[in-house]
Amino acid sequence: MFHRIRTLIIKELQTLLRDPEGRRFLILPVLMQLCLFPFVTMEVRHNTLGIMNHDDGPISAELIQRFSQARAFEKVVWIKSEHELKETVEQQKALLVLRFPSDFSRTLEAGKSPSLQVVLDGRRSTTGQVAMGYIADILQDYSMERAQARGAVTAGSPPLTSLVVRHWFNPNLDFTWYILPSLVAIITTIGALIVTSLSIAREREQGTFDQLLVSPLTPGMIMLGKAIPAIIISMSQGTVIFLAAVFVYQVPFSGSVFLLYGSMFFYMLSLVGFGLFISSICSSQQQAFLGTFSFMMPAMLLSGYSAPIDNMPQWLQTLTWFNPLRHFIVISKDVFLKNIDVYTVAMHVWPLLVITAITMSMAAFIFRYRLG
Amino acid sequence: MSEQHVVITLTEIGKDFPDPANPKGAPRPALHSISAGIRTGVITGLVGPDGAGKSTMIRLMAGLLKPTRGTVRTLGMDPIGEAEALRHRIGYMPQKFGLYEDLSVQENLNLYADLRGVLGEERRVSFARLLEFTALQRFTERRAGRLSGGMKQKLGLACALLGQPRVLLLDEPGVGVDPISRRELWKMVEDLARSGLAVLWSTAYLDEAELCDEVLLLNEGQLLFDGPPKSLTDKVKARCMHVFGIEGNRRQVLKRALDQDEVMDGVIQGRNVRILLRDSEKHPDLARLGAGPDAGIRNVAPHFEDGFIDILGGGPGGESVLAERLTQIPLDGAVVIEAQHLTKQFGDFTATDDVTFKVTRGEIFGLLGPNGAGKSTTFKMMCGLLTPTSGTAMVAGYDLKRSGSAARQQLGYMAQKFSLYSTLSVRQNLDFFSGVYGLYGAKQRAAVEEMTEVFNLAQFLDAAPDTLPLGYRQRLALACAIMHEPSILFLDEPTSGVDPVTRREFWTHINGIVEKGVTVMVTTHFMDEAEYCDRIGLVSAGELIATGTPDDLKEMVAGGTRDDPTMEDAFILLVQQHAEERARTAKAA
Repeated sequence: MFHRIRTLIIKELQTLLRDPEGRRFLILPVLMQLCLFPFVTMEVRHNTLGIMNHDDGPISAELIQRFSQARAFEKVVWIKSEHELKETVEQQKALLVLRFPSDFSRTLEAGKSPSLQVVLDGRRSTTGQVAMGYIADILQDYSMERAQARGAVTAGSPPLTSLVVRHWFNPNLDFTWYILPSLVAIITTIGALIVTSLSIAREREQGTFDQLLVSPLTPGMIMLGKAIPAIIISMSQGTVIFLAAVFVYQVPFSGSVFLLYGSMFFYMLSLVGFGLFISSICSSQQQAFLGTFSFMMPAMLLSGYSAPIDNMPQWLQTLTWFNPLRHFIVISKDVFLKNIDVYTVAMHVWPLLVITAITMSMAAFIFRYRLG
Repeated sequence: MSEQHVVITLTEIGKDFPDPANPKGAPRPALHSISAGIRTGVITGLVGPDGAGKSTMIRLMAGLLKPTRGTVRTLGMDPIGEAEALRHRIGYMPQKFGLYEDLSVQENLNLYADLRGVLGEERRVSFARLLEFTALQRFTERRAGRLSGGMKQKLGLACALLGQPRVLLLDEPGVGVDPISRRELWKMVEDLARSGLAVLWSTAYLDEAELCDEVLLLNEGQLLFDGPPKSLTDKVKARCMHVFGIEGNRRQVLKRALDQDEVMDGVIQGRNVRILLRDSEKHPDLARLGAGPDAGIRNVAPHFEDGFIDILGGGPGGESVLAERLTQIPLDGAVVIEAQHLTKQFGDFTATDDVTFKVTRGEIFGLLGPNGAGKSTTFKMMCGLLTPTSGTAMVAGYDLKRSGSAARQQLGYMAQKFSLYSTLSVRQNLDFFSGVYGLYGAKQRAAVEEMTEVFNLAQFLDAAPDTLPLGYRQRLALACAIMHEPSILFLDEPTSGVDPVTRREFWTHINGIVEKGVTVMVTTHFMDEAEYCDRIGLVSAGELIATGTPDDLKEMVAGGTRDDPTMEDAFILLVQQHAEERARTAKAA
């Protein structure tokens, strides 16, 4: 039994690695994504800020000064009329426009809270939201400084409550720190799925799958013979990204390598389950390819990588539980940046085991069914 | 018959392709300096095994390929330079005709009519004529993918005939078509030729060659013969013999006959052994054949294949080096393959209906039947590729359903399509198949070495299997199936498209293996392959309609004007009788 499975594994690796084309196919996409992805950041930079100032007091002048120095805004445009405001936003000349009412400085100096209107372009909601965050930060800093300055005058009064934001685990909000651990999860996903689902479909097309079925191999052995090479290949791909993250992109690795690889193994197992399931219902490589991608796209979107899961409606959040990428992306990021312990990792690993059990048994069932 | 003109002339054409084993090296010639002419009013057979260069030659005539050397003139024009003018005058039907499987028969016709610019009244008339001609009127709404093999070819032919071409190039129209439909298709094409078309019919079936008016015989890119088939068979007429009245084992007789210097070639034909002599005057010594006291030799009608073998210089010897290495399995008369009331249903379609048969050790049992008759389904259930809906498939004493793995260890399997791993080298394939059947370590190495030696594969060990010459590919496939010394061998149309010498070699091995006590089950629609079987099960419409030796089946239809029916006659008549019977009982009910 051991020899037969070893034979299957060797065959699979030889098939994948024998010709140079096959080798390129396995490594080039990894390198390409490794070079491109870290530059796709979620930071907002190089934008234009519109200012419509009806106030001639010192405070608005001071604030405008600070806004225009923010990294997010490269340029400031001055807007004088309502008509101009409309035009600026409509033609996307500015990402957002701040409108200071004429009594802004006066109201504030009188010790009351003035209002400040922010006009955001709803068509660019994500970028707008991020920029809005910067504006809020600047406003808060300013009001705090004012409060402190006043506190110095009226000595002895209690200091005002202040909100100090500190980004733990990624103090400088460096996006490569966030992206690369996620990449370890995402790229290995593609490798594992393609290797399993396409290789079975190829054997079906070439007629070699029948040869396997008439041999004494049991369906279990055939599945293992597909699973293990896929795990070997995709974990090697994962290693490439891991090493590049640590040594090239200098993302600090604070956790345990053992935990990362241990959980990666279980993650691969769950993917292989999906891969086998997809290939069990496909009869050509084309179908398997489409099947793989119709799994990949939602898996990426519902992983929490690009959109926070907490913002999704409850039913969708429940659905994401069956997405193995969602669990592993958390593990990978947290092992990298947070040094989480075995217990916490296990809390994310057990759903992977459940998913594996479900997909594997479905694949095994369909394989048997198709024979019958 | 109208006057005959030469409409296609090939003058010393040659075509090279890059060598797949060595793409950067010297190109490999697919055709060597061929000169020939195709005439109107006759069917010219382009005959040769797979890979002989038939498709390449047809594509040169149709202007789809440019010759490396020499010139092609089709209807007096250059098929590439004057493609536009020629397009409507050539009807070309490629091997897998470009039918759109998801479109209906009518939609396919519409599409090809549009492509060929057949419009208006002409279109209406041609559709009516072609549908009547091909008898497809009742099926215009059916999707092409759901037509039978024969009907697909008829539709393909109809599409190729749109626009009234003067030349019809048919690339292996007989593939995937059972003998009955093949005869119909042939009749249709014959009518077209008689009406003045030039027809080129390419085929790997040598029995089709005998029906052609003219034959171009290709082998490995060489034109071996050009002329009426009769002039080839006449050469060997006096040298074709039957050894009849054989007592005892005819496989042994064949083996001894092939080892005689006087014998050039030999095959088993039912209970007789058919031999081709080197010299019509020199008969082999009957006593040395060991055929028994009543055996005799008589002259029989020659076949095209005999002429082909004659040109190739004769078949291989009778000894199987492979069989010599196998351990003898005692012939205990045990039943090793048994189908008990096998039934397989796909939805409401019954592919196999209550099939029961037994095969004893050391027998060659053949499943014969038209396409879609259920022979593949039955075969697949017997080797565990399909689970029967009801009934039991027993192999080597195991029920395939219960102890599949143990039963499968006893099996060797060779698929119809060459299906080894093209991504692995020859050596890696041998390692893989021996490993999967549980060989490892020294035992595995010895087995791989033995196969390499027996089949002379040493020079190809690092090559990809697809790049091997056809004969070696066949050997490799057999090696992979037999390495673990199975007691039962399943062969699915093992020698379709193979040249006669390779086919002889293959059957020499099979005969040798059987003598060692291995049981062989084979599916085929090749009549001469059926002749090698000890017993045949004839399958039609999902039922096993007759079982018996090849001669039993022939005798079932003998009588009247048919005193010496061929295997094909027997096949066609028995299937037709069964279909009529079914129709009658259906009517009665």
